[in-house]
Amino acid sequence: MSMLVALIAIGCLALIFGAVLGYAALRFKVEADPLVDQIDDILPQTQCGQCGYPGCRPYAEAIANGDAINKCPPGGEAAIKKLADLMGVAATPLDSAQTPAIKRVAYIREDECIGCTKCIQACPVDAIVGASKLMHTVLIDECTGCDLCVEPCPVNCIDMVPLPGTVERWKWNLEAIPVHVVESNVLESR
Amino acid sequence: MQSLFQQIKAGQLWDFHGGIHPPARKQHTSQKPIGRLALPDRLYVPLRQHIGVPGALLVAVGQHVLKGQPLTFANNAMAVPVHAPTSGTVLAIEPHIAPHPSALPELCVVIAPDGLEQWRERHPLHLPECDRLSLLQRIQDAGIAGMGGAGFPTHLKTGAASGVDYLIINAVECEPYISADDVLMQEFATTIVKGIDILCELSGPKAVLIGIEDDKPLAIAAMQAACSQREQYLVKTVPAKYPSGGEKQLIQLLTSKEVPAGRRPLDIGIVMQNVGTVFAIAQAVLEDMPLISRIVTVVGDSLTQPQNVLALIGTPVGYLLDACGFSPEPAQRIIMGGPMMGFTLPSVSVPVVKTSNCILAPSQAELPSASNEMDCIRCGACAEVCPAVLLPQQLLWYSKAKDLDKLKEYNLADCIECGACAYVCPSEIPLVHYYRVAKAEIREQSRDELKAEQAKARFEARNERLEQEKQQRATRNQALALQRQQLMAEQQKNREIEQAQQRVAATSDTATELSKEQIIALREQKKAAARAYQAEKATQQSMQHSADTADAAAANEPAAASLPATQPAQSQPEITSDPRAAAVAAAIARAKAKKAQTEPGETSVVVPAATAVAAEPILDTRAAAVAAAIARAKAKKAQAEPTPQPLPAPTAAPVKPQSDDSGASSHDAAASSDTDRDANRETAKRQALAAAIARAQAKRQQTDAGSVAMSHVPQSAHSTATTTKITDTPDTSALAKSTAATPDTPADDPRKAAIAAAIARAKAKQQQLSATDPKDQA
Repeated sequence: MSMLVALIAIGCLALIFGAVLGYAALRFKVEADPLVDQIDDILPQTQCGQCGYPGCRPYAEAIANGDAINKCPPGGEAAIKKLADLMGVAATPLDSAQTPAIKRVAYIREDECIGCTKCIQACPVDAIVGASKLMHTVLIDECTGCDLCVEPCPVNCIDMVPLPGTVERWKWNLEAIPVHVVESNVLESR
Repeated sequence: MQSLFQQIKAGQLWDFHGGIHPPARKQHTSQKPIGRLALPDRLYVPLRQHIGVPGALLVAVGQHVLKGQPLTFANNAMAVPVHAPTSGTVLAIEPHIAPHPSALPELCVVIAPDGLEQWRERHPLHLPECDRLSLLQRIQDAGIAGMGGAGFPTHLKTGAASGVDYLIINAVECEPYISADDVLMQEFATTIVKGIDILCELSGPKAVLIGIEDDKPLAIAAMQAACSQREQYLVKTVPAKYPSGGEKQLIQLLTSKEVPAGRRPLDIGIVMQNVGTVFAIAQAVLEDMPLISRIVTVVGDSLTQPQNVLALIGTPVGYLLDACGFSPEPAQRIIMGGPMMGFTLPSVSVPVVKTSNCILAPSQAELPSASNEMDCIRCGACAEVCPAVLLPQQLLWYSKAKDLDKLKEYNLADCIECGACAYVCPSEIPLVHYYRVAKAEIREQSRDELKAEQAKARFEARNERLEQEKQQRATRNQALALQRQQLMAEQQKNREIEQAQQRVAATSDTATELSKEQIIALREQKKAAARAYQAEKATQQSMQHSADTADAAAANEPAAASLPATQPAQSQPEITSDPRAAAVAAAIARAKAKKAQTEPGETSVVVPAATAVAAEPILDTRAAAVAAAIARAKAKKAQAEPTPQPLPAPTAAPVKPQSDDSGASSHDAAASSDTDRDANRETAKRQALAAAIARAQAKRQQTDAGSVAMSHVPQSAHSTATTTKITDTPDTSALAKSTAATPDTPADDPRKAAIAAAIARAKAKQQQLSATDPKDQA
């Protein structure tokens, strides 16, 4: 008899707590950031398509569905590391051989541009301005360096040039201070 | 408990964490007067000498500029202009090595001084009459940016600082060697106090705290003397300790307040200005002298005459060094800024800018270059001296690992890069260098993130736009398709109606609802039928009637006057153009034709021929096609049973132009008959053929008739022949015309037509001969 009472009591308690937990789970549900968005935030958004997907978001979706995390050359090792942390997988070296060490932007040799608008259609971020039969030019600030405009150009007038270094962008160790370069001729001249 | 203000007034000072006491080495320069130098050969004025964006250029190469003339203008709140330091000519506007550790070139205006020191027009402001805005405008126009080292545009800092508690004048100048502010205060204390007055006007602080280190007794005395009339100006002497000149450190020293991480002093009611900036403000407002020169400490053991000099902005560092007796040793280093926070210059052609306070040319013995970096031994000395209370060894660790998140966690952003940690490091680790690299990385990363965000936004906006365009296209296409469908349905309906009408017209012979073209065609049919009928009659009853056929016009309207009673069907279509009447006439004609058909021997082949000709252009209508088919069948039948067939050509000839009208969809009705004929050469050919056939038949019939009725009236044969001949002539002439009018027509058709015409003519001649024979016989 006493055993029955105990069972009933425990059963009742379990029901009550179960109900409370169930209510709390519904009431205080936290809308977690969907995984795809988190991955998309890590990706560099160059929309270059080097991963084989048409843009960063599709690749984020593919990663969320189990694709490899090492297909993004613009993101480099840093992005792979972050993705590995997020996805709980081992960080693997970059898939493609070349890693863009320096940032590059498209540059249109404007004398040669024939105004075909093909690069404008290719640019994923609308960083090229121009009109039909008029010269085009690249907005350097908006260019992501994705290379997508180079291929469609019928006259090969688009180059990918390294982004010119500015004082603001300068990193101390990349361009080492040329110490001891007080020119000898300046010194000798006196 | 005293309030903070009372404590400050009572002369209380606080302390900040850490700090070091490096040898000051200021005695070489602080006791000397400010040196005035001759003009250099060239001045390189960088367009951007402050934090923010450069102004827009106002001068061109080759232009002569006056001293103090603006070279750029501020087109942006974050921009301050630069001015010509002296009068001279703009030699070039080109990139030149900037006073920055990167040695990257920046755009500079290169000026060749003319030595005249010709000033532009100056408009000093009278302080009591100035409002706040004009003062701020003047400060911006004078190109004043923080001269302590950061170069933040002063008008922004002052403009935002309204109603602050304390205005702190930073005259601490804690770095070794530098004494520029010291000598400035010694020589220009009164001007500086006037500058403080202006700032008070703008900010309205409770008190002005002038912080001066205790190793500058002359400057302290000068400032105290200058401030003696103003009781809220407090000259505070702070103990010499590095880096007490740091903004946050000095605030803590003087007010015990700490600026929260990532905030500005303004957020706690304090604004700080460098004493050099204050002096520049006073000069700009009271003398209208823009910031074109500054005091620079030129010092170091490699110089024989270290001193403070008043250097024009843009003077190359090499010129200053030379003026101070520069005798470089091998591998000489030139440092811009102090030994703690300065950077090694890549070249002596770098110009002095608004933030350059010291040029240091140390000997190797004096300031050995750090070379033997060793591993961190975790001694913690750096943490003890850090004025920002950071953990430099942890920051070093994460900087080496490039763990930017951890660096942020350890507040790398709060590092003021004072170099105290590196100074005390027993392993001689250039800690600040690691931090600078890491900071640049973080900046780059945040810039990349921002850019990625923008790129994403642009990408999404583009996709949205493309999608929209696609949808718009789709909807437009849909609308167009719908329209087309409606149109087609309407056309279909119309066609059905038309066909129904035509069917009705064709079957019931009540041509009341026929279209105009059809009516015209029918009328022509009727005419042709009537004419055929009349001609038939004329041939058959030639013995009773002698027709006057000499006139061609009479042939075209065959004897309408001579046979009014016997040919009612003929006269009807000619006298009326009323479609209904015509339709009735057509019906009658058709009935007659039918009747003629039923009675072989009476049949006129002309009717079907004319019908065929008339109906040809309106082949698209089924009724016409049916009619044509019927006509053709009739013609065949008629041909099979040779019957009197006298005038086929005249019927065909007048019908032809009318058939053009009925085919108005492809031909202009107003076009000349020539072009009509030209276009209708096919019709002409058919007519010619029909005429030939008809003539052949006529001939046969005539020969029959001649043998039967020749004895009665020989004239009848003659008239027939003549008629044939006459009617033949316009036909052939029409053919000739058409050939002449269209030389470019395919040779095929005209040739055929010509052949046919020739055959026809030959036949007609033969016929004529045979016709005259009986006459002769008679």
